[in-house]
Amino acid sequence: MHPFRYVRATTVDEVVSVLSEYGPRARCLAGGTDILAQVRAGGYELDAIVDIKGVPDVMRMDQDGHGLHIGAAVPCYRLYEDEQVCSDYPGIIDAASMIGGIQIQSRASLGGNLCNASPSADSVAPLIVHHTTAIIAGPDGTRQVPVEAFCTSPGQTVLERGEFLVGFRIPKPLAWFGAAYQRFIPRNEMDIAVVGVGSSVVLDASGERVQSARIALAAVGPTPILATEAGASLAGQEATPEAISAAAKLAREAASPIIDMRGTVEHRRHLVEVLTVRTLKKAVQRAREV
Amino acid sequence: MVLDEVAKVRVSTMINGAPMELLLAPYQSLLGTLRDTVGLTGTKEGCNDGNCGACTVNLDGRIVDSCMVLGVEADGKRVETIEGMATPEGLHSLQQAFLEEAALQCGVCTPGFLVSAKALLDKEPRPSEARIRLWLAGNLCRCTGYDKIVRAVQRASEAGPERS
Repeated sequence: MHPFRYVRATTVDEVVSVLSEYGPRARCLAGGTDILAQVRAGGYELDAIVDIKGVPDVMRMDQDGHGLHIGAAVPCYRLYEDEQVCSDYPGIIDAASMIGGIQIQSRASLGGNLCNASPSADSVAPLIVHHTTAIIAGPDGTRQVPVEAFCTSPGQTVLERGEFLVGFRIPKPLAWFGAAYQRFIPRNEMDIAVVGVGSSVVLDASGERVQSARIALAAVGPTPILATEAGASLAGQEATPEAISAAAKLAREAASPIIDMRGTVEHRRHLVEVLTVRTLKKAVQRAREV
Repeated sequence: MVLDEVAKVRVSTMINGAPMELLLAPYQSLLGTLRDTVGLTGTKEGCNDGNCGACTVNLDGRIVDSCMVLGVEADGKRVETIEGMATPEGLHSLQQAFLEEAALQCGVCTPGFLVSAKALLDKEPRPSEARIRLWLAGNLCRCTGYDKIVRAVQRASEAGPERS
């Protein structure tokens, strides 16, 4: 492995300063489950690694009346071991409980999953359907970017020199909100999504009519995809199997998959439709549970 | 940048209950630290990229793949490895159960399975078979087909309070 410096940062400014100095030759270390594998495999060389886990904002997870803050380096287990987070943010919990095995969940974070910018990242689609905003710190202060606009191509993000992801802001779900994430993999655990779909709905007070919906797709394009038309098609509709099926057909159209060792274009398009139906049904069911 | 230009980092850690002061290269993994610097070779290297779980250790109460942790990250933390499992009085009940159920063949994955399974039983003394299989999904075995391993964990679980 190319030798790198290790900097244990304790403040946001310290992280920004190292990243500004080294540019692309430095990366943040959260759980390390992607970055250490990539550096070891020779994917890229680094001169410095900044361990951000000593920065309080990056390890903080707390809720107030407006929503949830999840620090960029908070490991998956802290999400699914928190009962309130489990009940309010079910789509994100679906993903946090299926990323890797227990060993990986001890370390891997949603922030790392997003910054790795893999099209197949399990947590990004559910973050999108939960209307999540990414909070970025940099030399010019902080800025906010919707998660759906964060990844620009495989492995690439909107982060500029000196910038890093501090955490996420997720709005408190409305009454009658439900969300779900599912993926297709050829075995039960420990695999990379062939396709993943996250869905969320807000129902009206009758619990029958959809007020708004969001559908996001993983592993079927160069970045996670927010299937805007598919979600919008449900607004004002009764949550019937027909409406759900029509939305799933639109989601299928929004996918632009490639052929690789994990699946063909046709298989992936088919899976988008199937998983959209399943996650919408699950989201509706969860919205009706109080 | 050449190797000599990267300063080594002083690390204070606790390994199997013993305090240790180490001087580590920043890019050395916790796995490499345990095996090459400390000399605890019970923790095995399998894939070295976070897939197989052979290098599983317990870091501050959570199991991790030690190949995916930098040694310097153990500063101020407690590390427990396979070497810390048996006592002078005898094997841990999981180790005994692995022997009795013949839950190993080549043995490379075994330390990782034992450290993982111990973390499960410490947390949940009576896990279901499904729970055991899910918990151990991050540990791969290419010899046994898993059934014997799962049975061994069940057997140790049934040993209950007598577990050491």
